[in-house]
Amino acid sequence: MSDLEEHRTPVSLNGLSEDDLRLQPLAKNPQTVERVIAVTFLVGTLFVAAFGASYWVNAKPWILGATMGAGLFLLGVGLVAWGKYLMPRGPFVEERHTLANSDADREALAAAIVERGGSVVKRRKMLAGILGGGMGIFGIVALFPLLRSLGPLPKGTLFHTDWKKGSYVVDQTGRRVNVGDLAIGSIVTVFPEGTENSDRGQAVDQTVLIRISNQNFTTQKGRETWGPMGYVAYSKLCTHLGCPVGLYEQQLQLLVCPCHQSMFNVTNGAIPQFGPAPRPLPQLPLYIDANGNIRAQADYDQPVGPGFWERHRVTGSKV
Amino acid sequence: MSDVATNKRAQRQAAGPYGKIGQTLNELDDRLGIAKGGRTFMDKIFPDHWSFMLGEIALYSFVILLVTGVFLTLYFVPSVATVIYHGPYKPMDGQRVTEAWDSTMNISFTVRGGLLMRQMHHWACDIFVGAIVVHMARVFFTGAFRKPRELNWTIGLTLLILAIGNGFLGYSLPDDLVSGTGIRIAYSIMESIPFVGSYLAFWVFGGNFPGTATIPRFFILHVLILPLVILGLVGGHLFLLVRQKHTQFPGNGRTEKNVVGSPMFPVFIAKTTGFLFIVGGITALLGALAQINPIWQFGPYDAARISYAVQPDWYMGFLDGALRIWPSWSFMGFGHTIPFEVFIPAVILPGILFNVAYLWPMIERKFTKDNEIHHLLDRPSDRPKHTAFGVAVLVFLAMLHIASSTDVIANFFHLSLESTLWGMRILVIITPLIAYPLAYKICKEMQGYRGSGKRKTHNIVSRTAEGEYVATPTPAYGEDVGHELDATPVPTYIEVEPDEPVESGVRTVER
Repeated sequence: MSDLEEHRTPVSLNGLSEDDLRLQPLAKNPQTVERVIAVTFLVGTLFVAAFGASYWVNAKPWILGATMGAGLFLLGVGLVAWGKYLMPRGPFVEERHTLANSDADREALAAAIVERGGSVVKRRKMLAGILGGGMGIFGIVALFPLLRSLGPLPKGTLFHTDWKKGSYVVDQTGRRVNVGDLAIGSIVTVFPEGTENSDRGQAVDQTVLIRISNQNFTTQKGRETWGPMGYVAYSKLCTHLGCPVGLYEQQLQLLVCPCHQSMFNVTNGAIPQFGPAPRPLPQLPLYIDANGNIRAQADYDQPVGPGFWERHRVTGSKV
Repeated sequence: MSDVATNKRAQRQAAGPYGKIGQTLNELDDRLGIAKGGRTFMDKIFPDHWSFMLGEIALYSFVILLVTGVFLTLYFVPSVATVIYHGPYKPMDGQRVTEAWDSTMNISFTVRGGLLMRQMHHWACDIFVGAIVVHMARVFFTGAFRKPRELNWTIGLTLLILAIGNGFLGYSLPDDLVSGTGIRIAYSIMESIPFVGSYLAFWVFGGNFPGTATIPRFFILHVLILPLVILGLVGGHLFLLVRQKHTQFPGNGRTEKNVVGSPMFPVFIAKTTGFLFIVGGITALLGALAQINPIWQFGPYDAARISYAVQPDWYMGFLDGALRIWPSWSFMGFGHTIPFEVFIPAVILPGILFNVAYLWPMIERKFTKDNEIHHLLDRPSDRPKHTAFGVAVLVFLAMLHIASSTDVIANFFHLSLESTLWGMRILVIITPLIAYPLAYKICKEMQGYRGSGKRKTHNIVSRTAEGEYVATPTPAYGEDVGHELDATPVPTYIEVEPDEPVESGVRTVER
C-alpha cells in the first residue's frame, strides 16, 4: 500500500480547502451514524440470508416475501442514509449551457435540407411524385393484411344466436327444462341444447328463464304467446356492455346487472327501470311441447347484447 | 522475496496511480473515448427535493415489473384450451378450466415463490401507474412541462397510457371470472365506436366475443410489444432528462443558468440505488402480506357467470365510474345505432382528457403568451389559476373513481342505488366547480404568508423619540432558515507529479 501512497500526493481541490464544510458529511456525529447504518446493513443482510434459507426449505409465500422485503428495505434505507448523512453534503453546482446553437449553425442545417435536398427533388418532380405515390399506396395496402387477417368480418353473426325454431331449452348441465321444473318466482340460466358447453353458447346464447306468476305480468304487444304458463325468457346479456345480468331481485322482479347496476323489469318486457342500459333485454319466444318440454319458437327478433353501429333493427320490429 | 516485491512495485508503477481500475478505464478510453464524457457524467448534478423522487418510484417499479414478469412468463401458458383442474386447491378440483387459468393457479400454489412473484408483479403495476400519475401531477403543478420540456411531457403522457393499457392486458391474462368480465366490457366499448366498431372488435378479438385469440394476443402484447415500447420511451425520457438537465426550485444561488444539488457519483448513486432497494422491499412486503387478485376465489372465466361488486384495477376506476353515471342515451335512427351511453363515457371522455393533456403545453402558452425557456420551477401557489385548474381536474377524476363503487357505497351506507347514482352525478359536476375557487383562494392566501409553517419569532416594539411605536420582527430561528450553503462546483481532484513543485505540474482536466 505504501508504494501507492507515494504517488498519491495531496490533492488540490480546485480552490476548496479539505475541511470545507461542503465536503463534510451532514451528520453531526458521523461515528454514531456510521454505527447505526452498519447495524441496518447487518440486519438487512441477515434478512436476505433468511430469505435464501426460507426459499431452500420451501417456507410459506408470506415468509419468503417478508424476509426478502425486510432485507431489501433495510439495505436500501442504510444506503440512502449513507448517501444523505455521510457523503459530502454539498451543495454543488453545475453550469447549464444553452442547447440552442448559433444562428449560423441553424441556417447551415436548414440550408442543407431545403436547398441541397429541395433542389434535387425539384429538378425531378416526376420521379419524386411517382415514388411518393408508390410508397403511399404500399403504406395503405400494407394495412389490409395487418388488419384483415386478424379476424373475420362481422357479416351477420352479430344478428343471430344459436336459438332456432324448436330448440330445446337446457340448463348448464345440458338437462332439458320441463314445465314442472321451476317453482313460481325461480330463475335458471339456459342455453339452446348442444351449446351449453361451448364458448359461443355461453357468451352469446345465454338466456335467463324465469317463472313468474301470470297475474302481475304485462304482455307486450305482439308477444302474447311468448310466455306460456308464466315462463318467460330474456337474453342474459346486458344491453349496456354485455355483462351477464346475473342478479335477480325476486321481490321486485327485477333483473340486475352487477357491472353497472342496470335493472330490468321482468314482468314488463324487461324494460330498463334504472341504470345506463338503453334498451330492454330481448325476449325469446317460448312454447311448451306435448312432452312438457320448454322450447323456443324462434331466434331472438333482434341482436342481443350491447349496441353497435349496424344494429339498426330497433326494438320490437320483426326481421 | 525481494524479487517478488520489486515485481509488484513495477507492476503498480506500470499500472499508474489508480491501479487496476485506472488501467481498465484507460483501456476503455483507448477504444471508446469515455474519459471526458464519463467525468462529466460523474459530476452531473441532481437537485435535492423530495418531489423529484416520484419519477424514480415509477422507474424502479418498472424494473420490478420486468424482473417479476420474466419469472412469470416461465410458467404461464397463454392458451384458452380446456383442461381439467387437478391441483392443490381442492375446491376447484375437477373443474373444466382454461390452460391460462390452470397455469396461473400452478404459479400460485405449486411453483416455489410463484405466488409472491405474482402478487409483487400486480402490486408493482398498481404502484407504477400510481407513481406516474403523481409524478405527472408534480410536473404539472410546478410548471416543469414548459419549454424546453414539452416533448418529455408528451413522452411521459404516452408512458402513462401504455402503462394503463399494459396493466389492463396483464390483468386479463389469468382468464379468471373478474378479468374476463373486464374483457367483455372492453369488447363492448370497442363495438360502440360508430362506423368501425364491430369490425374493430372482431379484428382485435379474432371474431365474435369471446373469440379464441384473446389470451395469446394479449400475452404477446403484454410481455413483448408494449414492454419494448415502454422501455424505449423510458430510455428517451431519461435521455432528454440528461440532455436538458433537471429543473430546480428557486433558492439560494439557483438560477436559470445552473443546477444546484448533489453529484451523480457517489452521492446520487448511493441514494437512488438505496431507493431502488426500498421500492423493491416495500413491493415484496406488499406481495407477502397484502393479498391481491386471488383468482382461486373468482374461479375461471365463464361468459354466463358473473361476480358481484366487481371492480377493475384502480387506474380503470374513472372509466368504470363514468360508464355507471352516464345516462342511457342511445341514438337510433337513419338505420343505425350509436350507443352514446357507452361511446361518450368510455371513448370520448378519455379521448378529450388525454388530448387536452397532450396539448396542454400549447394551450397554456396561448393563455400566458410565455415562450421563454424555464428551468426554475414555479411554486404552485404562485400560479393560482393553473393550480386551481389542475386541482379541479384531479377532483373530477377522483369523483369518477368513487362513482365506480356506487353499489358498494349504497350497500355500506344503506342508501338506495338511485340516490347514490344521482348523488354521484351531482358530485362529479359540483365538486370541481367548488375545488377551483377553493384552490385558487388557498393559493392566494399562501402567497401572503411566505414561510408559513415555520416558528413565529417575537417582535420588538420600540418607541421613537417622537412617540411613534414601531414593531420590528426579530430574525427567524437559525434552524428554520434554509441553512443551505452557497453551492460550489464539484471539486476536481488534481493529480500532481511526485517530485515537482505543486503549481508547475498541474494537469487540469478539461470539462
